[in-house]
Amino acid sequence: MATQAQFRICPDTGLKVHLPAQALIKANAVAAVVFLAIGGLFGLSVALTRWPAVHLLPAEWFYLALTAHGADVLLFWIIFFEMAVLYFASAILLGSRLAAPKMGWLAFILMLVGAVTANIAVLQGESSVMFTSYVPMKAAPHFYLGLILFAVGALIGVFVFFGTLIVAKDERTYEGSIPLVTFGALTAAIIAVFTIACGAIILVPTFLWSIGIISHIDPLTYKVVWWGMGHSSQQINVSAHVAVWYAIAAIVLGAKPLSEKVSRTAFFFYILFLQLASAHHLLVEPGISSEWKIFNTSYAMYLAVLGSMIHGLTVPGSIEAAQRRKGYTNGIFEWLRKAPWGNPAFAGMFLSLVMFGFLGGITGVILGTEQLNMLMHNTLYVPGHFHGTVVAGTTLAFMAMTYLVVPLIFRRELVLPRLAQWQPYLFGIGAAGISLFMMGAGTLGVARRHWDITFTDARLSFDVPAGAFLMMGLNGICAILAALGGLAYVVVVVGSILFGKRKDAPAPAARPATPPMASPIASYGGEGTLKLPGTMVLVSVFFVAFVLYYYVNWKYLASVWPLR
Amino acid sequence: MAIHPPKQMIWWHEPVERSELVWIAVAFLWGLVMFGTMVAWHFVGKQNLSNEAYRITPDVFQARTEAAAEKYKVREEGNTGIPVVRPPPGGDAYMLARLWEWWPILELEKGQSYRLHISSLDWQHGFSLQPTNVNLQIHPGYEMVLTVTPDAAGQFTVVCNEFCGIGHHTMIGRIYVVDKK
Repeated sequence: MATQAQFRICPDTGLKVHLPAQALIKANAVAAVVFLAIGGLFGLSVALTRWPAVHLLPAEWFYLALTAHGADVLLFWIIFFEMAVLYFASAILLGSRLAAPKMGWLAFILMLVGAVTANIAVLQGESSVMFTSYVPMKAAPHFYLGLILFAVGALIGVFVFFGTLIVAKDERTYEGSIPLVTFGALTAAIIAVFTIACGAIILVPTFLWSIGIISHIDPLTYKVVWWGMGHSSQQINVSAHVAVWYAIAAIVLGAKPLSEKVSRTAFFFYILFLQLASAHHLLVEPGISSEWKIFNTSYAMYLAVLGSMIHGLTVPGSIEAAQRRKGYTNGIFEWLRKAPWGNPAFAGMFLSLVMFGFLGGITGVILGTEQLNMLMHNTLYVPGHFHGTVVAGTTLAFMAMTYLVVPLIFRRELVLPRLAQWQPYLFGIGAAGISLFMMGAGTLGVARRHWDITFTDARLSFDVPAGAFLMMGLNGICAILAALGGLAYVVVVVGSILFGKRKDAPAPAARPATPPMASPIASYGGEGTLKLPGTMVLVSVFFVAFVLYYYVNWKYLASVWPLR
Repeated sequence: MAIHPPKQMIWWHEPVERSELVWIAVAFLWGLVMFGTMVAWHFVGKQNLSNEAYRITPDVFQARTEAAAEKYKVREEGNTGIPVVRPPPGGDAYMLARLWEWWPILELEKGQSYRLHISSLDWQHGFSLQPTNVNLQIHPGYEMVLTVTPDAAGQFTVVCNEFCGIGHHTMIGRIYVVDKK
């Protein structure tokens, strides 16, 4: 049993903070920000190379930078931050001690060593195989080894999270069910176990193949299993950032879920139907039947999509309800107009919500439709889509969360508050533009992961449509905006951690057991207690956009060469 | 709040607000519609990717492609030395992918159907037909066979859109579609 000396009571929230958990959250968050900065720089150099008028890097460097960009931001930034979210959602929100902090540190060190090893492998130049590292293209053995170490570390961290839930329940640090945010984090953690298992099943043999112990790896089998990791990990991100949306709405506005039942069921759908995502990557592969493709991308009901669409209503709905309780009841949108748009945590969260839905969500379903996938597979449409999900969605949500973590966990006030205020808009608009313009270029046929759309060195010539050049230029400009937003984030966060005004020194917890609960906004949201007209308008607009865009793509499909 | 345990211990019995129920029903039905659309397209649509594929070794596929190229070669493309191959309408057309070319160039008749065989001799490649924007994944060891019916005459380009090493951006091929003579 932990001694009380290991805790402090947060004067702002009344949360009971376990100091070893706090230290681990700090370490993981800092590592996350470092990899975001590195990966973001690589990303900027990639976008500037793909801007034909700039064409920054030579080909070799471009493919190297693109590989590093994928690994550093999609894996290392996001998963380090998710570790911080898991420890926060378990130990801090439940007011419990963290189970096995030493294992938490082991996890952290393994992840760090793995991430650094993979980066070294990529920078040495022998591992420019892209994030997906499709066989039979081969990377240096320590590239795979780095990824494996990172995954093992992450798995240990996930089990520390599970252990903490058990400890908290055993020691009765809370009553009733775990909070919704913890439930969302639990969803992410369960999916993470599946994801990492898939990763181990494919990366371990691939590592053995790279050092010559295994002679052959079937490329199709590799892809099937690899995507069990590759896209399921995006389901971790979705679960984690939806949990973060709920957390920010609760901390900033005192919002309470409209219905615990609905929101939790929506999270549960992610666990049951996460396989859907993996099949999306195999829609134009040889040797896979249409029945398999259709069933696995939809399970006949699209229930994982349903889960996200539910959160799409309940998150803004809970915000609207909270705001209306506070008296912003005029018209349909006063609650939204008078929301705290100057608070970077809220602004980032709400932009993330809207852009994840409109840019990432809709296009993800289109890409995951058996026949429509043929129109976009491996074009720039694909990165356009996932920059809508993991950059405008996950990354922006995590950035927003950081603005709460710095005062709550690091106990520092934000430096440069004006810059922090603008940061979510700068980054959000940049990310939205990257997503949109890449999708535009992809619709015009521009290939992803491609150094030269003018085909100067090719034996045959090909002129891409002029519009594609415009799209790539706009993409480059938006990448600069996003990079400035990313820079602002790093400056504010690092500046605050190092030089921010200390908030009052943590007093050792004198009071035992359960901390005082900050009183939530009075009960609402039950049947018939409150109408949410603004949210209904928002989701209706979303739905109309979804349906229209879906059928526009079918119309486009009908115009290409008949094939069967 | 979402960061605290639910106020009501038995939250499962809380009634759900009507607007939430309506939205859940709409979203669920939309999921069914989207599922139904994919299935229906197999019956009413003309663009459904073939399920036909075979395991094949790169050597065998290369031999077949070269034999077909020799038999149906009509000319060479400029001074590139790449053969332009005009398979018989309704017949088999072969195209292989390797570092870093699509080989050979095909010449097809508009409105005719061809059984197009594609495979890779080395790494994975992406068959991206431009400007129509049809995109297929090509694996080594698997021969994909699809029946295509070009419906417009002109010059089409095959871009590789799966990263395949340092020459990836130079890997393009060509398909001519000509009116019936």
